[in-house]
Amino acid sequence: MNLWLVTLRLAVRSLRRNPLRSSLTSLGVIVGVAAVISMVSLGQGARAALQEQIASVGTNMVMIFPGATTTSGARAGWGTGARLTISDARALAQQVEGLRGVSWHRREVAQVQAGGANWTTTIWGVPPGYATVREWPVVAGEFVSQSQNDTAAKVAVLGQTVATMLFGEGVDPVGAEIRIKDVPFKVIGLMTPKGQSAYGQDQDDAVFIPFTTAERKVLGTATLGTVDMIQVSLDPTADEEGVIEQITDVLRERRRIQPGEEDDFGIRTIAEMAQAADTMARVMSNLLLAIASISLLVGGIGIMNILLVSVTERTREIGIRMAVGAKGRHILAQFLFEAVTLSGLGGIVGIVLGVVVSDVISRVSGWPTLVSPLAIVVAFLFSAFVGVFFGFYPAHKASRLDPIAALRHAA
Amino acid sequence: MSTAVIRTRALTRVYQAGDVAVHALRGIDLAIDAGEYVAIMGPSGCGKSTLMNLLGCLDSPTSGSYELLGRDVSRLSPDELATVRNRTLGFVFQDFNLLPRTTALENVELPLLYSDVPPREQHVRARAALARVGLAGREASTPNQLSGGQQQRVAIARALVTEPAVLLADEPTGNLDSQTSVEILALLRELHARGLTIVTVTHDNEVGAQAERLLLMRDGQVVEDRRKRAQTGAA
Repeated sequence: MNLWLVTLRLAVRSLRRNPLRSSLTSLGVIVGVAAVISMVSLGQGARAALQEQIASVGTNMVMIFPGATTTSGARAGWGTGARLTISDARALAQQVEGLRGVSWHRREVAQVQAGGANWTTTIWGVPPGYATVREWPVVAGEFVSQSQNDTAAKVAVLGQTVATMLFGEGVDPVGAEIRIKDVPFKVIGLMTPKGQSAYGQDQDDAVFIPFTTAERKVLGTATLGTVDMIQVSLDPTADEEGVIEQITDVLRERRRIQPGEEDDFGIRTIAEMAQAADTMARVMSNLLLAIASISLLVGGIGIMNILLVSVTERTREIGIRMAVGAKGRHILAQFLFEAVTLSGLGGIVGIVLGVVVSDVISRVSGWPTLVSPLAIVVAFLFSAFVGVFFGFYPAHKASRLDPIAALRHAA
Repeated sequence: MSTAVIRTRALTRVYQAGDVAVHALRGIDLAIDAGEYVAIMGPSGCGKSTLMNLLGCLDSPTSGSYELLGRDVSRLSPDELATVRNRTLGFVFQDFNLLPRTTALENVELPLLYSDVPPREQHVRARAALARVGLAGREASTPNQLSGGQQQRVAIARALVTEPAVLLADEPTGNLDSQTSVEILALLRELHARGLTIVTVTHDNEVGAQAERLLLMRDGQVVEDRRKRAQTGAA
């Protein structure tokens, strides 16, 4: 039985008879599918970019920072509670199993100068292990060494942004002299580019100096050994939850927190951050998708509208077909095919348009977009489904016409 | 031996118009043999169009039976009726009822689309049917490029292409001028001469005059059944 082929041919033929109407009808679906494709691409691109940024922080990392104090019921926020110290970090390194490295930092925003140039950036006081824990190597020179940290040497490792701002693009700053808060430092290394953090900060806008130097000669401190944050990197095989539990136990014991009392420190993992950011991105792309789907729905209603008009207009044609032997299902299939052809062609054009729009968006606005093959397939199937769904009622109506009445219908 | 193509017994058709029941047909007993040329005539509202719709399997009777080629078709479903129309009957209408903006060939092929005839043979048969009505060479013409007479020829070709047992013609000359009517009537006569069974409904006395058998209807009943020539076989 070649019914399907014949019906498809009939549908295409009758659509070609009214090219303007057919293309306007498809336009609804074209716009809908293009909107879906480009919005999904935008959402996917944002998620992919986010994932990349989170990965750039270093996977398998756990961050510990001082907790909040509660004064008369008012909780003052992270960092206001009991200090975290280097001894806490060392205790963790000794007592917790499954750690690959432990590091910490103190940071402060300060001005750095080199020759005539100056730049305000974040100064990070870090121990020698910091680069390893962050999985962040130098591209030139060396990172802070143990002896430099022990002697509070005035040496600095520059992030890419700082090097560019002070010395210009592509200039190797190793060996040069800079001044941090008017203290002279020798540049001993340049970090590899790291890019933005998950929160949009430029991680390359940084200067790293030995922790002891930061404490004693640049940033100052009330109590030696106070840190802003402890970072630990995990063994790839370690169970993250188990490690966090151990860290919590060690710190609670050291800080003499009674059972039932709240922790006075906070623990965040990269995985958690990634998940939170990913959830946010997912919500955003779903929202975009929902809005785009509405336009696809409107496109479907347009198809239904035109088909209803078409059925009325072609009542006589339907009567003739029935008189010469077309069954209800032949008529149903013919109109359904017209609907699906309209929406399917609209879908194909819409996909092309959507890909183009995604590209234009990413070029014009600089937002990352990612056209996923899955989105294309789903959008096409969905547009075909829209055709079937919105075409069914008019087609059904046509197939139920009484042949005698249809033949008498004024042309 | 009876060779009835069409046989009706006590055929009635009642329309419900609001609260009023309209008795369009009040018991039609009719037998039409293979090879007959029958004209049904009568004043407007006599029920001849209703009878034609029933004979054409476009409608089902309220009561009574209708046997087409010995098979009772009075209680068939709409889909089964569609198959009967497609395989057994050919229609010619007063206003041609061709699909607009569709070529003569495609119009003639239309019934074959809904049949089991393979596509390649569809073209062959449609061309042959057009040639049979004298329109060879006009396959690619659309209805608006054809005269009324030519359009009716296309319609006749469409009716013949399935090789039906009966050709049903509803006022086949109603929309044609007298010269063209003569041509169409000549064509019908020629087809009949080759053995086609024709049943026609008409106001036109010319049409009635050329048929071999005349059925006069009044108020939903056949009031006169006149044979003009001796027929082979008896009803």
